[in-house]
Amino acid sequence: MSDMNVMTPAEMAATKAAVMDQVPGPEVQGQSPLHHADLASLAKAGTVLGAAAGGIQLREHKLLGHLTLRLNPENTDQLAAAERVLGVALPLQPLTSVEKGSYSVRWMSPDEWLILVPGLEAFDVESRFRDEMGGHYSLVNSSGGSTVLELSGADVVELLKRCTPIDLHPTVFPVGKVVSTVFAKSSAIIRRTGEQRFELVIRRSFSDYIWLWLQEVSREFGLVVKA
Amino acid sequence: MFHIYCPHCAEYREEEEFHAVGQAHIARPADPDACSDKEWGEYMFFRKNPRGIHHELWVHAAGCRKFFNITRDTQNYDIKEVYKIGEKPSVVAE
Repeated sequence: MSDMNVMTPAEMAATKAAVMDQVPGPEVQGQSPLHHADLASLAKAGTVLGAAAGGIQLREHKLLGHLTLRLNPENTDQLAAAERVLGVALPLQPLTSVEKGSYSVRWMSPDEWLILVPGLEAFDVESRFRDEMGGHYSLVNSSGGSTVLELSGADVVELLKRCTPIDLHPTVFPVGKVVSTVFAKSSAIIRRTGEQRFELVIRRSFSDYIWLWLQEVSREFGLVVKA
Repeated sequence: MFHIYCPHCAEYREEEEFHAVGQAHIARPADPDACSDKEWGEYMFFRKNPRGIHHELWVHAAGCRKFFNITRDTQNYDIKEVYKIGEKPSVVAE
């Protein structure tokens, strides 16, 4: 075979990976790793956990499609192909993210991006990548491996200071910045989505621990679960 | 705690996010089959333990998960420089 990054269409078709839709369909009920916590009922009841002030709001964005894309950032053909699929260029600056409609792309490392899409679109997006992109790259659907929590409220920075060593001051952690870091003895991908709003991508196996941790550490601020 | 500069994330992070991997710049013998037991054993197991300037491999384990090199003074833990894999250190022992 010729050079992996310069392939004829025939070679591209021959090396195309087999893609499998991991989601059976909308008729089959999916469960988030926090299913047992029954956040929906907590949200419905409007319970404030801890201090009555309720300075922290927690919302789970469950069952999203998580795609990990790896490619050589010097390969302009592949960058263009990714832009055609996502409608937005991959962020090449370290620790940045972009959003386009319901798609969001996070810089994870110089050759790696985490793309979140609505859960039932993951297979379509993955298939479009396989059609558009040639050469040596990797795209893995890791939807089942993690879940997304959104934390917001007046005390959210104070809360996160108790969880992670990252400096969250707006001058060094502006809206849109994304870091992968240690979080409460576990790890999380933290992205600032607003002045007082953060998104955490956490591992499913640690999600119960982080849910318990967040209840404990937000006790002095008060935690309200939102649907 | 150290504040360590990650050359890939281009910012300082807490030491907690990193792991030290050991001595940097260990060249694998070009033809392992042609090595004597002594040569192979030294490549596999023998490491420098200098007093002063030392080049080490580190990984940003909780961050970008990339490896990079650090030149460190083993006497006072001072990090002299951080450089990517494939680059040459500018600070070397005399």
